[in-house]
Amino acid sequence: MKLKGWKELTPGAVITEAGNAVQFKTGSWRSFKPVWIEENCIQCLFCWLYCPDMAIKVRDGKRAEFDYDYCKGCGICALECPGRKGNKAIIMVEEGK
Amino acid sequence: MRKLLTLKELSKKEILLSSGHRLCSGCGAPTVVKMVLLASDYPVIASNATGCLEVSSCISDYTAWKIPWIHNAFENAAATISGVETMYRSLKKQGKIDKEIKFIAFGGDGGTYDIGLQSLSGAMERGHDMLYICYDNEAYMNTGIQRSSATPYGADTTTRPAGSVIPGKTEQRKNLTRIMAAHNIPYVAQASPSHWMDLMKKVQKAWEIKGPKFMNIISPCNRGWRSRTDDAILLSRLAVETCHWPLYEIENGVTRITFKPKEKKPIVDFLKPQGRFKHLFSFENEWILKKLQEDIDREWKRLQKESSSEKEGGSSPS
Repeated sequence: MKLKGWKELTPGAVITEAGNAVQFKTGSWRSFKPVWIEENCIQCLFCWLYCPDMAIKVRDGKRAEFDYDYCKGCGICALECPGRKGNKAIIMVEEGK
Repeated sequence: MRKLLTLKELSKKEILLSSGHRLCSGCGAPTVVKMVLLASDYPVIASNATGCLEVSSCISDYTAWKIPWIHNAFENAAATISGVETMYRSLKKQGKIDKEIKFIAFGGDGGTYDIGLQSLSGAMERGHDMLYICYDNEAYMNTGIQRSSATPYGADTTTRPAGSVIPGKTEQRKNLTRIMAAHNIPYVAQASPSHWMDLMKKVQKAWEIKGPKFMNIISPCNRGWRSRTDDAILLSRLAVETCHWPLYEIENGVTRITFKPKEKKPIVDFLKPQGRFKHLFSFENEWILKKLQEDIDREWKRLQKESSSEKEGGSSPS
């Protein structure tokens, strides 16, 4: 991600590239990391819905992996995860451990 | 037309707010926007009042929005989008555009309850075909947790700090949803991201109604509410279950409660996890807890009466 000088900006600072914020990775904000335990996953997709950072991918209607480039580690997915038989499918682990 | 809402089906749609926005970890606002945009099957153009959502989703030449989006100023999100909507109607009349496009304005509680209220009121009165969405996090969070007219009684904010002189905010929060209903616009609703199906149904309903629509959506802020980063959805659910944030809609003047909690929880369940209400749990502030509970009970009773009396009346405008 590179900041533009004022001479490079468009008139009125219009941004012509939709969704170009993806060039800014927010994953480094994280101090706790969510880990997905697939065998406890009931595919409810609540984590996908509630993720404020669009950091949980779904492929063909099935939950796929975390996108750690953007996950800020808030833990909403882990808290809302119903899990299977009381076993959470998402747990939070301290980064670097 | 309205489709059946399942997460499996919804997950096939592109989310029109991208990753890489700079809203805090665990913020409620992007989830609100995500749900609103997922529920919309039409092309959408949005305006945004100044606020957390605006400053963090569009920082210096980078935008998280995948829809046409315009920010003007703090006070005029509604006026701005009403101008865009008017231009659209003109272009349609001239035959230069034939697409069905929907218009939406996002504002926080500061930009809606306080600063943008007159432009919102004007846009609603002029009858623009638009939806205004207020994501209500109950204070000016962007500038550092100053009190707004949406801040609940007794909450600790940086401009009404709780201490030995005052027990936090000593003014009532205003009921904006009712103020908007008093504009006699076709659709007014209150929603919460914890009840996502209810929220999305309300958005879909709004799109099928011509004219001005208003939705007030609670959006927890862990920085300002002094809570954990992972409890945005939990707190919005507690707000609904304690009737701090009742879910209802007013369609053509007819009130309908869309979610009745099986068991109405005491308000302390909502207050307890939040640091901004910590001082209320001391002996000298006990009266505030009592007052808050009484206020909520009164409002919930009024709401129930309003919705049931209309049912008994049997005159439903079609």
